[in-house]
Amino acid sequence: MLNIALPKGRLGERVYNMFAAAGFECPALLENSRKLIFENEEAGVRYFWVKPSDVAIYVERGAADIGVAGKDILLEYAPDVYELLDMNTGICRMAVAAKKGFRDDPKKTLKVATKFSNIARAHYASRGRDIDIIHLNGSIEIAPILGLSDVIVDIVETGTTLKENDLEVIETVVPISARLIANKASFKFKGDDIERLTKHIAEQIKG
Amino acid sequence: MKINDNMLSATEKAIFALRSLYRSRGYSQYKMSKFEEYDLYAENKNFLVSDSIITFTGMGGKLMALKPDVTLSIVKSTNDAEGTVNKVYYNENVYRAKGGDRDFGEIMQAGLECIGEIDDYSLSEVLMLAAQSLGMISEDFVLDISHLGIVAEAIDILGVTVSGRAQILSAIADKNLHSALAVCSEEGVEEEKTKLLRALITCYGEPEKVLSELDPLLSDGNGRAAAEELKRLFLMLGNSVPRDKIRIDFSVAGDMNYYSGIVMSGFIRGISKSVLSGGQYDNLLRKMGRRSGAVGFALYLDLLEELEVDREEYDVDALIIYDENTDICALRNAADRLSAQGMSVTAQKNIPEKMRYKQLMKITESGVEIIEGHA
Repeated sequence: MLNIALPKGRLGERVYNMFAAAGFECPALLENSRKLIFENEEAGVRYFWVKPSDVAIYVERGAADIGVAGKDILLEYAPDVYELLDMNTGICRMAVAAKKGFRDDPKKTLKVATKFSNIARAHYASRGRDIDIIHLNGSIEIAPILGLSDVIVDIVETGTTLKENDLEVIETVVPISARLIANKASFKFKGDDIERLTKHIAEQIKG
Repeated sequence: MKINDNMLSATEKAIFALRSLYRSRGYSQYKMSKFEEYDLYAENKNFLVSDSIITFTGMGGKLMALKPDVTLSIVKSTNDAEGTVNKVYYNENVYRAKGGDRDFGEIMQAGLECIGEIDDYSLSEVLMLAAQSLGMISEDFVLDISHLGIVAEAIDILGVTVSGRAQILSAIADKNLHSALAVCSEEGVEEEKTKLLRALITCYGEPEKVLSELDPLLSDGNGRAAAEELKRLFLMLGNSVPRDKIRIDFSVAGDMNYYSGIVMSGFIRGISKSVLSGGQYDNLLRKMGRRSGAVGFALYLDLLEELEVDREEYDVDALIIYDENTDICALRNAADRLSAQGMSVTAQKNIPEKMRYKQLMKITESGVEIIEGHA
């Protein structure tokens, strides 16, 4: 039985369709229900819907053999998992944004508001820039407007939220997309299933 | 003293079995103190699994550490002696960051180290003992082996920057081909030069198969010498371990500043992480100004808890209820009799909350009477 952690939401539904096309179907999963665990014994698969930021934890701890997690989560939490495939979906970027017309003053410590403290720290450390991280859990965009921070480091998809709040991207930190990840021990004992699935999905991405 | 096997946890059974395995190959036990001067770890931080160390000031004002690692202490306690190998095994607790919350924990570790003139005999013996150690815990195990000589060649060919090198090493450890190739592309590496790198990430499994796939991609330098060494070692393993349990997998990582040759990682079905890690670490000894070579491995025994799935259904076989009118001698005799029959027995005036018992008993004039449960 292959245990798969899917991120709740549109991305999860999209990647489930890729898994189903690879022979790991579980039609009950797409029915409207509040259930979180779905199993198809015949196909040898069990799916869980979990919070997108928790997928990597389920996989790292072996509760799920494989899962789909955003590269942002993998960079931020550095879970000890295999990253088997870039699924080429859920594409966005991690970017630095600031109020329109912002000019970085290198004489001052740069105040950075973000949910992704580790990514922001690593980004600025690679440039030797002195920063002060302000860790926030949401509504990051208002931090520069209220003077809480100079810039934000956050995920940008279309840029609409930034525009509406009079902010603009000043640099891209790293491109983000969904990745197929696997628990290292599961890969040793369920390697054939995981490899078959990975190969099939890689072909779908190429196709 | 007779020990009932069923009473032992997976960890306790492993400790006994491993001790006898290592002794049978001439390894002597290394017993260490709990503390070490902090400087030893500060100088070799990257060799440690975690750089979080519990420190305190000793009586003489020196900064001391609760040992986060056994290997460094063993290396320090041995001397270089030509033509000989120091062989020690250990079973110790170490103290370092543990689990997701990165808080400190006490970790039970067993393992062995060979320090001295390391040759094919020592290397193959350590590989064999690593596989047999896993086999003593469970028949369903896998021992992954990599060789840093081959990994180094794959990266050297690319001619990438120091930062690119680190990113590619991390990608190999994560089986992350797309990121490794992205780094190569950013650094303008020709596709032809990435062939060996691709093979290291995508080829794994049965040693003969992997080595024959790599063969045409290796130069006649260090990479080929490493592959030849692996071939010799697998040949020497012979039938001492089940062949289908030994695999080549280049995702087994080892810091090249410390490790120099084979590196290994062991897995057991039912445990979500690697339970064994080790390898040849000659470079650590060079950094410490030593001539000797070294190879060894550690088993993380605390992880064996994950195998304890068959939780006991009952806390005790027999719970005897008594009161102030009960003849205590009769109670003692009854408990002794039941215990001699191999049952676990407890006597209580009231039934403890949430206690699960097979049989509930009381003392009567005619002896012990079962008032709940079956005989």
